Amino acid sequence: MVPTHYYLILAAIIFSMGALGVLVRRNALIIFMCVEMMLNAVNLTLVALANQWGNLSGQVFVFIVMAVAAAEVAIGLAIVMAIVRHKDTINVEEINLLKW
Amino acid sequence: MAQQALFLIMAVFTLGMALGTVTSRNIFHSALFLVGSFAGVAVIYFLLEAEFVGVAQIIIYIGAIATLIIFAIMLSRSVTGQNGSPMNRQWAFAALGAALLFAALAWLFSRVDFGSTAQPVPEDAIALIGAGLVTEYVIPFEVASILLLVALVGAILIARERHS
Amino acid sequence: MTSADYLPILILILIAAPFAGIAILLPSVLGPKNPNRMKQEAIESGMIPFADARRRFPVQYYMVAVLFIIFDIEVIFLFPWAVSLNQLKIFGLIEMGVFLGILLIGYLYVWKKGAFEWE
Repeated sequence: MVPTHYYLILAAIIFSMGALGVLVRRNALIIFMCVEMMLNAVNLTLVALANQWGNLSGQVFVFIVMAVAAAEVAIGLAIVMAIVRHKDTINVEEINLLKW
Repeated sequence: MAQQALFLIMAVFTLGMALGTVTSRNIFHSALFLVGSFAGVAVIYFLLEAEFVGVAQIIIYIGAIATLIIFAIMLSRSVTGQNGSPMNRQWAFAALGAALLFAALAWLFSRVDFGSTAQPVPEDAIALIGAGLVTEYVIPFEVASILLLVALVGAILIARERHS
Repeated sequence: MTSADYLPILILILIAAPFAGIAILLPSVLGPKNPNRMKQEAIESGMIPFADARRRFPVQYYMVAVLFIIFDIEVIFLFPWAVSLNQLKIFGLIEMGVFLGILLIGYLYVWKKGAFEWE
């Protein structure tokens, strides 16, 4: 039996790593991958707590989060593709039309 | 005992793959590392007795989301050349921020006392999830379908090339 | 299910993974190597390659992938619902009908918009 804390700490490390990737990478597609990783870490937390309390609500939430992740990735990558078509770059430092 | 060993192996595997995703210079390798980290998390779901979530993780995250990301890489191939550093200039501050985030989360988790025994997960978990989706959580369930509808229409509309 | 029930899967992995690894590694160690230009071309089902594989793909592929991801999610929601349909009776059926109906609107819209046409 692995203590629930270990799962939570693992999820926290994955989440922080994803956050680091979002902050430091310049490629928009890799930023997307890191966002997916963070959502995955949250799912891991939900499942770990569902297992801890013997309650399936956490697992139901995971499916809602998966739907949100799929919607996010479909729209987000479509936006990236439109930017590639118009500006010919996916470097987020060069996508600065709305920057103040 | 075997469970602890498997958890340790999968945790190290998942973290290594996650690190590869964040640091790899080649975007395609990044995507493959991401698939590896999804697979590691799927095995951990099985360890947590959430079989259906594990299968859904493989079908949705690896089968659909990672595929879509790899499609997007191939669709933007000509501009993914490695010119200059893959990191931006604020990486030191970002690393500090991520470390602080982890410290805050770890502190939060360390304050919770779960007791020693976990309640067993019900046997027919799939049926209970299905019942939960259309009874207790019916509003999030229907809102999810509207969200998917908006995502579908929006993605097609944005990605389409306009012919003048 | 307990962890012990997964032991056969572990044994299968322990047998299958080295087998696959050996099948890839052994030919590269034992096989004779006399490369020439024709052999090193990318295999294109016997055709002569006419372009680099690393070019930009048409955006239609992305349309199909988006449709796939949306309906993949739909199937994942359908599965647990189908398992528990016996207890849910007519109410569950109506709710899933609403869910599918909303997604059907999107499907018809995309169809009308011509996302399936390849020119």
